[in-house]
Amino acid sequence: MTASATLIILMAVLYAVGITVMLERSLTRVLIGFMLVGNATNLLILLVSGPSGSAPIVTGTATDESMADPVPQVLMLTAIVINFGITAFVLALIYRSWWLAQLGDQGDSVPDQHTEDTSAQTEATFDAVDLDDAAIQQVLADSDEHPDDDEKEPEKRS
Amino acid sequence: MALLLLAFFVVSCATPSLTRWMSTRVFYAISVLPFGAFAYTLTQTPTVTAGETITESIPWIPQLGIVLSFRVDTLAWVLALIVTGIGGLVLIYCARYFSRSEPGLGRFAALLLAFAGTMYGLVTADDIIVMFMFWEITSVLSYLLIGHYIDRKESRGAALQALLVTTFGGLVMLVGVVMISVQAGTTSLASIVDQGLDSPAATVAILLILVGALSKSAIVPFHFWLPAAMAAPTPVSAYLHAAAMVKAGIYLVGRLAPGYADAPGWRETLVVLGVWAMLVGAWRSLRQYDLKLVLAYGTVSQLGFLMVIVGFGGYEAGLAGAALLLAHACYKAALFLVVGIIDHRAGTRDWRKLSGIGRQSTVLAAISLIAVASMAGIPPLFGFVAKEAVFAAFLDAAQSGDGWGWVALIGTAVGSVLTVAYSMRFFWGAFGRRPGMEPTELHSDGWGILVAPATLAIITVVFGLGASLVDPFLAPYAETMPGPGDYHLALWHGFEPALAISAIVVILGVVMFVKRKSVARMQDAVSPMMDSSRGYWATVQFIDRLSARTTIFAQRGGLPQYLGTILVVYVLTLGAASLMNRTWPDSIRPWDYPEQVLIAVAIAIAAVMAGQAKQRMSAVLLVGTTGFGMVALFALHGAPDLALTQALVEMVTLVVFVLVLRRLPTRIAQRNKPVKRLVRATIGIAVGLIMAVVAVVALGARQAESIGKEWPRLAVEEAHGMNIVNVVLVDIRAWDTMGEISVLVVVATGIASLLFVTGRVGAIPRLQGSRQQRRGRNRRRVIVDPLAPGPEASSNRMSWLLAGRTLARGHRSVLLEVLVRLLFHPAILVSVYLLFAGHNAPGGGFAGGLLAGLALVARYLAGGRYELAEAIPVDAGKILGIGLILAVGSAIGSLVFGGAVLESAYFEADVPVLGHLSFGTSTIFDFGVYLVVVGLTLDILRSLGAEIDRQQEDADLSAEAQDDFSESEAAR
Repeated sequence: MTASATLIILMAVLYAVGITVMLERSLTRVLIGFMLVGNATNLLILLVSGPSGSAPIVTGTATDESMADPVPQVLMLTAIVINFGITAFVLALIYRSWWLAQLGDQGDSVPDQHTEDTSAQTEATFDAVDLDDAAIQQVLADSDEHPDDDEKEPEKRS
Repeated sequence: MALLLLAFFVVSCATPSLTRWMSTRVFYAISVLPFGAFAYTLTQTPTVTAGETITESIPWIPQLGIVLSFRVDTLAWVLALIVTGIGGLVLIYCARYFSRSEPGLGRFAALLLAFAGTMYGLVTADDIIVMFMFWEITSVLSYLLIGHYIDRKESRGAALQALLVTTFGGLVMLVGVVMISVQAGTTSLASIVDQGLDSPAATVAILLILVGALSKSAIVPFHFWLPAAMAAPTPVSAYLHAAAMVKAGIYLVGRLAPGYADAPGWRETLVVLGVWAMLVGAWRSLRQYDLKLVLAYGTVSQLGFLMVIVGFGGYEAGLAGAALLLAHACYKAALFLVVGIIDHRAGTRDWRKLSGIGRQSTVLAAISLIAVASMAGIPPLFGFVAKEAVFAAFLDAAQSGDGWGWVALIGTAVGSVLTVAYSMRFFWGAFGRRPGMEPTELHSDGWGILVAPATLAIITVVFGLGASLVDPFLAPYAETMPGPGDYHLALWHGFEPALAISAIVVILGVVMFVKRKSVARMQDAVSPMMDSSRGYWATVQFIDRLSARTTIFAQRGGLPQYLGTILVVYVLTLGAASLMNRTWPDSIRPWDYPEQVLIAVAIAIAAVMAGQAKQRMSAVLLVGTTGFGMVALFALHGAPDLALTQALVEMVTLVVFVLVLRRLPTRIAQRNKPVKRLVRATIGIAVGLIMAVVAVVALGARQAESIGKEWPRLAVEEAHGMNIVNVVLVDIRAWDTMGEISVLVVVATGIASLLFVTGRVGAIPRLQGSRQQRRGRNRRRVIVDPLAPGPEASSNRMSWLLAGRTLARGHRSVLLEVLVRLLFHPAILVSVYLLFAGHNAPGGGFAGGLLAGLALVARYLAGGRYELAEAIPVDAGKILGIGLILAVGSAIGSLVFGGAVLESAYFEADVPVLGHLSFGTSTIFDFGVYLVVVGLTLDILRSLGAEIDRQQEDADLSAEAQDDFSESEAAR
């Protein structure tokens, strides 16, 4: 099998730009990256599918011999429609997050959630569990006899 | 047996609802089940005593050789009697122990019953995997039962501790279980024991299983969870933590001992840890104020004792172990129940606050005396018989030259001295009179609560007096042990060394109790060398924090980092793989046809510019350009269907983008540091390069012919279609399309639910009196619509569209209105043509649906959301639904005619004017696809278009109201 160098280079460029854009914080940029990567992937299927030819429509004439492979075309057709659906869905997500978070002029860029976390916050997460553990330790410790305490007056201890 | 387990399960599930109308009496009702199991087990007695077994098996997972198999031999029989008998008694006890207003009573009753069933399953299961399942279920039920008082911190802490420790042991054990069943080539416990494997792997497996048994039976170093578990209600402590669950570990050791007692490490581990647990438990027990904790530490001690004797191996040890198991279950459960009654009557378990209870509750004191004496090993009780058998077994082993026999003998003898001391402390603490203290006031709670402990006490006496009669029932288990033996359980063996040891033990124990002040002072002076519970605490805290730090380090909650990580791994692994590639393509040609280069350059430029665009709109337009470039590539490649669909998709996408982005700020916020930009670009370029390599490698690796070669013939002969791509979509690979349209329906629903948060409206609001509006002469009438914005809307300018006048004048465009008016209907016609022509020419459901969608988009853009509602007065959900029903219907329809799912049928006829027509069920399927695509577009329009319009207007209105308000404020 051979392929067109032009298409390979074009696909690499689309992937490179798409991924670079996709790695940004703005959701719109992520979506733009996603669409570029989508096109690049269709291109990948196209270029490994073999040489171009006549449309895969049976005419009963000699052109049927040079027909392009229909298999990858079906894959790509499905991919195009699904891409469209996902794009619309992400757009709805973008709008929703912008509206809900009241981001206003910030647009749709989202900060990392945990960059500002301190170790005190981490500790606080486990407070409930630690308290439970400490409570049962206390119950057990309370029951230990210490003979120098006056055991006739337990009221004072408790 | 499987039927019994099923009954346990079903009744447990029904118990909470039963509790609602039976209240505490539900315990009487459900105790029938464990008692029934008890009676059933009794009927098996003749078989078991004869040394035979009862088996039952139901195939379950044959691929793994796992069978729901049950097998009752002597050991299983003894334990089954213990768990069902005591289970029933404890349930009866619960009926009096809990008040009607106890929160979570139904849950508690259900869990306790389920536990009894699980325990029964555990001891009777023969399949080691099934046994392990029951084992883990008991851990979970124990967690839920210990945590019964969900509002108490100590309950929750204790429950979690018990769960973590026992499941840790369980996990280790699982490894052992899998290893041993692989080694033995069977999952049957009986066969595993019979084989008595001695390969190194089997030895490791057995030791791993021991870890599970030790953690379950609260042996050092896992012992600390058991005292903590006393935070549970007393019936739970009596049943789970004295009689049943903690015995699971002992049971497993007893089960494996006949085959593996001589395995390297087995006896050493069990004797050392068992004696240690016995001493540590008894030592701690001696200094407890809380009566329940006296018993809890005492249980740790006794479990250690049991571990030593049950795991020791040999006929005599086997017999003594079984006897001690039985004795312990009876007296310890009874004592816990007694503590529960004292707690109930006096309101405290701290013996420093109790005085003179023995005088007031004589029956209770008598029961306790019997149980305590049995625990201390005083004749003529069963505890004495069992303990003497134990000493005799160790003595016998020691005299025959076994060093571990001496260790076990001396260790357990010292432990027994402590046991006598804490037994006396318990009885004295609970029932004694404190000088200078008023007798504690007691609440009466009737005699019913005494039934369970009294029964157990009576059994203790009867078995003690009739020890020789009990012997033949337990002997068959001892006979499974290797080696001969002629010991028999009896109350009186004559003046033997074992009797002397028992006597010395009792005397020393009494001395320790009398000198308890000095003992306590000595205890206080000796600081605990090792505190496992602190070790556990530190470990758990460390793991918690480590996992939190790892999570925060790896997952900062930002998409870029996650994507970046995934992509870097992708590049590295694929890069490494491609370095090893040896199949490269024969040649790479510069281009397929010269135009390709032009198109490629255009796409590349558009893509790079899209990556750099600062404005949202320009970025979107540039991405659209790459999309249209793809259209050209598809068309020239020989893929007209792709070109058509891609072109339509690009147009719809562009509009949808514009619909959403009009609300967002025009500029894309950029707050990234240049360093990060460099990292991102590096990752991007690396991915681009690796994908190029992947493409080349894939080309070179291709060997087989495309399956597409067969498709032209199939399409024409089988599917009556010329357009292969469409035929594949609706016929040859229709299943895939079915999945795809399902995705589209999900997407449409998702979009609608993201936008319509305040409640999904069935349809977009329509014009008032719109029926009249359809008539030509009413077009000039001004529409009065309260929702329509602005006074300009009431202009009487002629509208070309139904709802044209609802738009503000500034938003209207006559040119657009005229164009849409002229083009809408032809566009719908063409879309229907595409749908039906698709089978033989470029087109099909997807393309047709998209074109119809575009027509709707045009109506919306020209006339706003009321126009959209007038164009399609049907809910988008209904269109999607009908589309899906048509597709599924045509798929299932073929079943009716005896075909496979999605198999098409065809009707051919010569029709005048149109000529020869072939209509297939696949066309119906394609029509379903068409409708789904139209529905998707409509859903997008009414969500991202109409609903955003509405939200915008709401926002504007409230902003205006705010302005008016502040103006009037200012005027004041």
